[in-house]
Amino acid sequence: MSDMDMEDDGAGVVKKFMFLNRKAPHGTVYALEGLEVVLITAAFDQDVSMVFTDDGVYQLLKGIDSKGIEVKDFSKTYRALEGYDIEKLYVDQASMDARGLTEDDLIVDVTVLSVAEMANLMDEQDVVISF
Amino acid sequence: MLHIVNKSATERGTLDSCLAMATKGSAVLLIEDAVYAATKGSTAAAKIQAAAAGLKVYALGPDLAARGMAGRVLDGVNVVDYSGFVDLVAEHKACQSWL
Repeated sequence: MSDMDMEDDGAGVVKKFMFLNRKAPHGTVYALEGLEVVLITAAFDQDVSMVFTDDGVYQLLKGIDSKGIEVKDFSKTYRALEGYDIEKLYVDQASMDARGLTEDDLIVDVTVLSVAEMANLMDEQDVVISF
Repeated sequence: MLHIVNKSATERGTLDSCLAMATKGSAVLLIEDAVYAATKGSTAAAKIQAAAAGLKVYALGPDLAARGMAGRVLDGVNVVDYSGFVDLVAEHKACQSWL
């Protein structure tokens, strides 16, 4: 099969991608790298869901000021996702509760799901990528 | 003794390990992702508040700010800057970092 044939076979195929974010924003590089990969995926017109559970919910907090640790503040990039047609943002209710957080504390509009709803969403995916 | 914790208490067990070993009057400094434990509403907050009775608990201000947590610090936790971090290290005979 030539390269051209492979491209033709793949054209127009839309898969359901879930990006599962489970890490706090600055202590490791996972959050930033995950965001970069999501933006790349957006260029391929796929059906993308971004999910924030466990410490991943901390990524979406308002009021981040990272000047003091001399690290880039990428939290505003979450607000730009809409411009890349990434509009399915989900957070886990239990993870929010365990951290004393509510939707009002978050920098973007999200859909809050129970663990059971989150589990069903995961089962619907063609691809799950975890950060 | 100065105990330093840098991992999130909702992801790792290092805060528990630290608090189990920190004797009365010791200092515990929370940095990086460990600062979340010093914020209101967190499941780790109760551990910090219980510990604050017998220990001196500090959290690094720049790490709180970088996580949007500057306005949510628990009562009884002392917020320090980098020079305060240096002072704590200089004041104590030894340091233990719970990596």
